[in-house]
Amino acid sequence: MPSNAAIAPGTLSHVDLPWQIDWTKDKCTLCGQCVAVCPVRAIELGVFRKREIKAAFGLTTTSENQYSVHYGIRQKTDPAFACIGCGMCDMVCPGDAITPRRSDEQPKLKMHANKGGAPRTRGGRRNDKGSLLDQIKFVRISMLTDPALDAGRHEFDLTTMIGRILPPEKALATFREQGWMPPVRKIYPLLIGGMSFGALSPNMWEGLQMGVAYLNEELHMPVRMCTGEGGCPPRLLRSRFLKYVILQIASGYFGWDEIIHALPEMKEDPCAVEIKYGQGAKPGDGGLLMWHKVNKLIAAIRGVPVGVSLPSPPTHQTKYSIEEAVAKMIQSMSMAWGFRVPVYPKISATTTSLAVLNNLARNTYAAGLAIDGEDGGTGAAYNVSMDHMGHPIASNLRDCYLNLCRIGAQNELPLIAGGGIGKNGNLAANAAALIMLGASAVQIGKYMMQAAAGCVGSEGDRCNVCNIGVCPKGITSQDPRLYRRLDPEKVAERVVDVYLAFDSEMKKILAPLGRSTSLPIGMSDALGIGDKDAADRLSIRYCV
Amino acid sequence: MCRLFALTSSEPVSPMRAVRALDVMREGHDGSGVGLFLTGLGGPFGELKGCPILSGILTRDGEKRLNRFMNDKGFKLRHRLAWDLPATPPEGTPRRDAYLVAAYDLPSDWRDMTDAERDLNILRTRLELKHMGLEREDMTVFSFWPDVVMVKEIGDPLAVGQYLGVDREDLHARQILAQGRQNTNYAINLYACHPFFIQGIASMTNGENTAFIPIKEWLMSSGVPGYEGYHSDSEVFTHILHYATLRLGLPLAAYKHVITPLSDADMQGHPDAAFLEQLKATCRKLIIDGPNCVIGCLPDRTMFMVQDRKKLRPGVVGGRPGLYAFSSEICGLDAAIPERDKTRDFQPMHLDTAIVGPGCEEIEICRQTQPLPQAR
Repeated sequence: MPSNAAIAPGTLSHVDLPWQIDWTKDKCTLCGQCVAVCPVRAIELGVFRKREIKAAFGLTTTSENQYSVHYGIRQKTDPAFACIGCGMCDMVCPGDAITPRRSDEQPKLKMHANKGGAPRTRGGRRNDKGSLLDQIKFVRISMLTDPALDAGRHEFDLTTMIGRILPPEKALATFREQGWMPPVRKIYPLLIGGMSFGALSPNMWEGLQMGVAYLNEELHMPVRMCTGEGGCPPRLLRSRFLKYVILQIASGYFGWDEIIHALPEMKEDPCAVEIKYGQGAKPGDGGLLMWHKVNKLIAAIRGVPVGVSLPSPPTHQTKYSIEEAVAKMIQSMSMAWGFRVPVYPKISATTTSLAVLNNLARNTYAAGLAIDGEDGGTGAAYNVSMDHMGHPIASNLRDCYLNLCRIGAQNELPLIAGGGIGKNGNLAANAAALIMLGASAVQIGKYMMQAAAGCVGSEGDRCNVCNIGVCPKGITSQDPRLYRRLDPEKVAERVVDVYLAFDSEMKKILAPLGRSTSLPIGMSDALGIGDKDAADRLSIRYCV
Repeated sequence: MCRLFALTSSEPVSPMRAVRALDVMREGHDGSGVGLFLTGLGGPFGELKGCPILSGILTRDGEKRLNRFMNDKGFKLRHRLAWDLPATPPEGTPRRDAYLVAAYDLPSDWRDMTDAERDLNILRTRLELKHMGLEREDMTVFSFWPDVVMVKEIGDPLAVGQYLGVDREDLHARQILAQGRQNTNYAINLYACHPFFIQGIASMTNGENTAFIPIKEWLMSSGVPGYEGYHSDSEVFTHILHYATLRLGLPLAAYKHVITPLSDADMQGHPDAAFLEQLKATCRKLIIDGPNCVIGCLPDRTMFMVQDRKKLRPGVVGGRPGLYAFSSEICGLDAAIPERDKTRDFQPMHLDTAIVGPGCEEIEICRQTQPLPQAR
């Protein structure tokens, strides 16, 4: 800060910021790459004037001042330019001269990130390292009374079903009478959750799609990916790869003109249609794509003008009740594809999830229920929504599964759980825990960003600028100068790596439990936790 | 791991033949209990067609309550097995007030009922008695069904068999399921003792069922009367068999398709692929995932053996026309039917159901890759 600057209420020092830039003059080559790459312009070229006093020895010579100037990096303290800790400066520095460091002081930025009366908005997640799923252990190990299996050599069936499964007596009668069967898809139980073309850069989206296609066509893993609310590129809609895609329709209906126009020319049905009513990261909010990211391509796919923010309403505006919203929308979507495509709603985890579930249980056309917990991520939301709104996934999912058990519909209506799976890197363990709590499948978003594309976001409020189109890795940016940094081929490779590693880890979890011929949905006797209240709440074993 | 032995014969044979076979396999059970399921009865019980036989263990109070209950319901006692037990039970076997094997005439107001209604009422009567017994711990009821006797007791199978005198002619039967227990529970509960029974269907299993909880939850939520209890994870095998054959009307060969469906790769090209895919999806919650050998008996006295998908348990079927046995181990089979042609023994593998019909003429092998017989 200049020495003559006024100190105002909003004036912050470096120590008040969550991240400080450590810069070493000796190693700096003054190449300027760090300043150029910083997505939020938190650093600038600094010109430093230095005065040194040369004290003279003896009585006859006088002491003198020596003035010098050196150049380096200056970190801004204006909250609008606060360092986000993304570390891009570190990545591009040829001399390891610069790196962001998290402040050990409680940051004051939170109290000042509301200039002009606008509360903080950001992308990212809840920024809470705690994870109940990480606390769950698998405690029923096959040991002598039944043999553990060999994860490396045994055959495993790790597929699951999405779609309404009729109860056995009805299913067999319908089969014999050749009546209408609700469509069912056999899929891999780890889905890539809805992230829109728009929220993600074209390279990221293409990379994910290529990875999914490779997994399906080369490795025969029926992995599926949801489009999110932003439509689907026209060529993909008309390609055979559409069968690996779950089309999402949300309250903004973005992209659905394109989808409807493509219907007569579709070679394949989509895997499913997801009707988004809510997401875990910002429950009760509609989707949001800020104007920074609405370029010509995105505008064309979504059928909107360029450069305007696209907030979806918090609810489907044409519906006024649950029967309308759920029953009629499912019916309409089913009709669009001749009742050949499973249609299911996705909701934010909430204390009212059971009301939705019970409504779906009585609707033969409802193909499942996706529930997204509070630890889910998003491309754009108010900070307060992300930090404080929402319901944890574990108990919400468990309540729904046990409710299905009570009404005998636990094999009929698959539950898809999301929100915080793998938030600390334990993807397979978290997914297996949710499956054993009752999920038929789980969906991930943030984990894919991090593992497949190197998203630097973390549970420590790092980066989180997905909303303003300056993603330093080019994952959530629509600026070609940024997303050129991301090679879609490399993203696809990483997607495949993630799935293969996940598959191996799942087998390493299931084999000691003696499970191989079917996914252990609801195998709660295998789960234990060292927290009595959590054990009671989830109806699993308390183990210390 | 428990040891299993089953006999199916064209003529009634002594249950001791099965108990002795268990004794030969004694290394595999710890003498913690024995269970017998007998059907195709000879002797006086064989002549009482249509009269349900109540099998269980009672205290004196339980007996009084039972008699009152049966009288109130309108059941009339037709024949009761008289027990002449030695003064001292074998080591480990508790002294019981009364063992009950008694046949009853049905209440007169049941005469106009359909077979299905009558069967359901007999089942409900057993469940009522079971619940009464659990309430006061004075009655343990194993079965209540025409032409079915069940005996279960804690202790060494051979000693218990001799103590109870199961060699007597009244208990000779054409079909016998016998299990020697290897107890893995803390306390020995007779309701956890195999074989299990529901509406003419019995089965016994060894090994653990690792998918027990989801299966149990599904069965209990299905609303089918009798799908309850589950003191043993193996009881679900009996109920799945009941569900598949009686509720879904599937042939016995489809039972294995329910508990251990074919892999997707194996299913491709199967003549019944469409049906089997449907069955796999709709009965997904009934897929077992443990190392299990299951031996069962249907109401028409067809007996069978199936193995789990991993084939981690031993099992063998052999014999001669008129007398076949299903055994955990070959030594059990050798002890029971030494005169058979051993080259004809068959050990069912992961796709097989070995079936011997009530006529005891041959061992029929159904492989899951073959077409299914037409379901009714």
